[in-house]
Amino acid sequence: MKIVKHSFDGIIVGAGGAGLRAAIEAAPTMKLAVITKLYPTRSHTGAAQGGMSAALANVEEDNWNWHAFDTVKGSDYLADQPAVDILCKEAIDAVVELEHWGLPFSRLESGKIAQRRFGGHTVKEGAAPAFRACYAADRTGHMILQTLYQKCVSMGVEFFDEFQVLDIKIEDGVCKGVVAYEIATGDLHVFEARAVTFATGGFGKIFKVSSNAHSLTGDGPGMLYQKGIPLEDMEFYQFHPTGIYRLGILLSEAARGEGGILRNKDGERFMERYAPSIKDLAPRDMVSRAIATEISAGNGAGPNSDYVFLDLTHLGEEAIMKKLPDITDFVRTYVKIEPINDPIPVQPTAHYAMGGIPTDVNGRVLSDHKGGVIEGVYAAGEAACVSVHGANRLGTNSLLDIVVFGKRAGQSMVDYVSSTKASPLNESAADDLSNKISGFMEKEHTTEFSVAKIRSELQDSMEENAKIFRSKETLDNQTEILSDLRERYKNVTISDKSKVFNSELLEAIELDYLLDMADTTVASALARKESRGAHSREDYPDRDDTKFMKHSFAFKNGDSVKLEYKDVELGKYEPMERKY
Amino acid sequence: MEIDLKILRYDPENDKKGHWEYYKVDAEPEERILDLLHKIKWFEDGSLSFRKSCAHGVCGSDAMVVNGENMLACQVLVKEVSNPIKIEPIRGLPVLKDLIVDMEPFFDSYKKVMPFLINDDEPGDRERLQSPEDRDKFEDTTKCILCAACTTSCPVFWTADSYIGPAAIVNAHRFVMDSRDQGSKQRLEIMKDVNGAFRCRTAFNCTSACPRGIQVTKAIEDVKRETLLNN
Ligand SMILES: Cc1cc2nc3c(=O)[nH]c(=O)nc-3n(C[C@H](O)[C@H](O)[C@H](O)COP(=O)(O)OP(=O)(O)OC[C@H]3O[C@@H](n4cnc5c(N)ncnc54)[C@H](O)[C@@H]3O)c2cc1C
Ligand code: SF4
Ligand code: FES
Repeated sequence: MKIVKHSFDGIIVGAGGAGLRAAIEAAPTMKLAVITKLYPTRSHTGAAQGGMSAALANVEEDNWNWHAFDTVKGSDYLADQPAVDILCKEAIDAVVELEHWGLPFSRLESGKIAQRRFGGHTVKEGAAPAFRACYAADRTGHMILQTLYQKCVSMGVEFFDEFQVLDIKIEDGVCKGVVAYEIATGDLHVFEARAVTFATGGFGKIFKVSSNAHSLTGDGPGMLYQKGIPLEDMEFYQFHPTGIYRLGILLSEAARGEGGILRNKDGERFMERYAPSIKDLAPRDMVSRAIATEISAGNGAGPNSDYVFLDLTHLGEEAIMKKLPDITDFVRTYVKIEPINDPIPVQPTAHYAMGGIPTDVNGRVLSDHKGGVIEGVYAAGEAACVSVHGANRLGTNSLLDIVVFGKRAGQSMVDYVSSTKASPLNESAADDLSNKISGFMEKEHTTEFSVAKIRSELQDSMEENAKIFRSKETLDNQTEILSDLRERYKNVTISDKSKVFNSELLEAIELDYLLDMADTTVASALARKESRGAHSREDYPDRDDTKFMKHSFAFKNGDSVKLEYKDVELGKYEPMERKY
Repeated sequence: MEIDLKILRYDPENDKKGHWEYYKVDAEPEERILDLLHKIKWFEDGSLSFRKSCAHGVCGSDAMVVNGENMLACQVLVKEVSNPIKIEPIRGLPVLKDLIVDMEPFFDSYKKVMPFLINDDEPGDRERLQSPEDRDKFEDTTKCILCAACTTSCPVFWTADSYIGPAAIVNAHRFVMDSRDQGSKQRLEIMKDVNGAFRCRTAFNCTSACPRGIQVTKAIEDVKRETLLNN
């Protein structure tokens, strides 16, 4: 295998919103490269639709403290409150900065950035839904991704496009660099770098029905987990209430922010029963549970009674086409329904990982539950867990998270690089990866152990046993299935032995990360004997603040998972019952 | 239903040139062309290579030629195309393997138009103002996902790959028409170049190819007009 050596001060793995924002911060003062398995503009940040919250108060009175209150309450009190304060306070400058870099936000008549309502965001600590989400039609993420990439182009940031990082080198708790696979050639590249930020995005592909891209396989968290770094709060995975039936393609909460209504098979606006004050704009965990409850009560629509309707018909053609053009297009393209005239069949879809690589508020990766850090390793975006979303993220807070904490990770790289010296990493750093790849190349292919087979069983079983409602029974069952899949993965084989664009090889390696994500999700969920935010246990329906006001830290322990816990950092908001 | 697929394949490690391969797959009428490609790749022939990510027409990875027309494989359903389905890589860019082409020349052209906001004024600590009407002037071209479907459907680009191509002009338009931008002069200079906007022969292929429904030819006309006004 050909091995190419590079020397940088800093490396950013991933070119979604978080990676690009970190790059903009770090590039001016160091030799920096961004390594990305997709062309930057293909990152899934581009799929984000509805908006990015900041208390700009462009439409009505607002205040970042209210935003923080909503975020903490939405998180079911599991978010670290000092981190939430940073998120909501820095939100305002973050949005303004994006506008200055050219982001084409939708505008109000006054010329200011337009803002819309979104689930769980309120004024005056719950008084009424707030106009807080800054948006560009229903393609806010696309605009953020484009704008950040454009800024990087203007700055001449160096990119390694279609290079996939598959190993990180850490010696004595200090970062040395990463090893990447060049997708077009099969060559290995050793990147010496003393600061590395992981911004690899989420891992929705552990479930069958998901809003996530094929590429979202948890590479960053998986790579670090395999090196002994824990993953935080993995039991908290968000299911978005409105995925297109069976396909999982997202229909943004902006649809309900603009007035859309959920209805069951009888046309009833069932959210009135579950969240009397803010109804369809309740946080996602509650709405998804409400849908699942309606469906199990026999109120679902369709031949299998397994979906509900998102009704936009009363909004009128003009509002729909102006404010929700893309999702209207998705429905027309994939369901062949006209949303202006007919309600849309929807079901909850696996959407967002609240958990991930544990970091402090400066993006530094934590090595344990006691506050230890790994020198030179940072993480940001959906791959990371700060934690600002706790047990349930509010819509619009992830686009915010990626820019606020992407920037902070970039700043940390700058500080670290300026206070340390380069330390060498030689070609032999590629040995582990090179051996792994040779293993795949040499092993004869058998369809029984194909990547697709193991992966689809993983996705089907996670969908069945670890989705919205969980119990000891389903989770025990899933633990067994996962250990069987893990055994079979040891024999996984590929048929393509080529060097050029061998995506089968990469899918085989990604499957390992997916299994790690599923293992840690299920183990953390089994141990959390309470219901909080997106984690709902049928056998433990209540929140238990005495035992579980804690973040879980999942460590790799051979083929099993070892759990530790860390107290939540509280602040001015006292935990109370979550009613809307 | 059973679908017949005919795919133009090329393996740079073994083939001198591309060749057709034939597959039969079972598919629902509502499935995407991308789903069919996955069925082949995952359950029949793991070496079949193509790019993909989002699977719902927003990332721009999987532009290809399906039954003679450029489209995103994830945006077209089986029932919308006639059987047998013929799939080829997009034209005018070097094929690297199967349905994967070299995107570097495409992104190089994109970068030439200075695709970023140029404005040296001190913006202050709040957002710049822009009226909804001014914002609307470039709404259409902000939708571009850089999929290359337009550029690789353009007959001028096929014969002269030095032509900057519709996608780059769309991205120039996005800034030229933005009331906040001050870099139009430089961008329009580039548009005046022999390989710039005036090479366009208004074939309209690009407009029909664009999966985002961008009025590409109109954007090119707008840019030509701005260039002339700027003279
Ligand atoms: C359909 C949809 C709509 C959404 N809408 C909203 C919204 O309206 N508001 C909101 O706040 N949030 C929204 N979200 C959530 C939000 O968009 C994401 O959480 C966020 O964009 C993640 O950004 P990121 O930078 O962390 O990761 P991504 O944008 O996913 O980027 C990941 C990057 O990592 C790279 N990468 C991954 N693995 C490797 C590797 N091994 N080597 C090299 N590179 C690698 C990829 O190439 C990519 O560049 C939405 C999410 C979805 C799916
Ligand atoms: S203008 Fe349309 S076809 Fe051309 S690159 Fe952009 S999205 Fe693709
Ligand atoms: S896979 Fe993203 S556009 Fe088709």
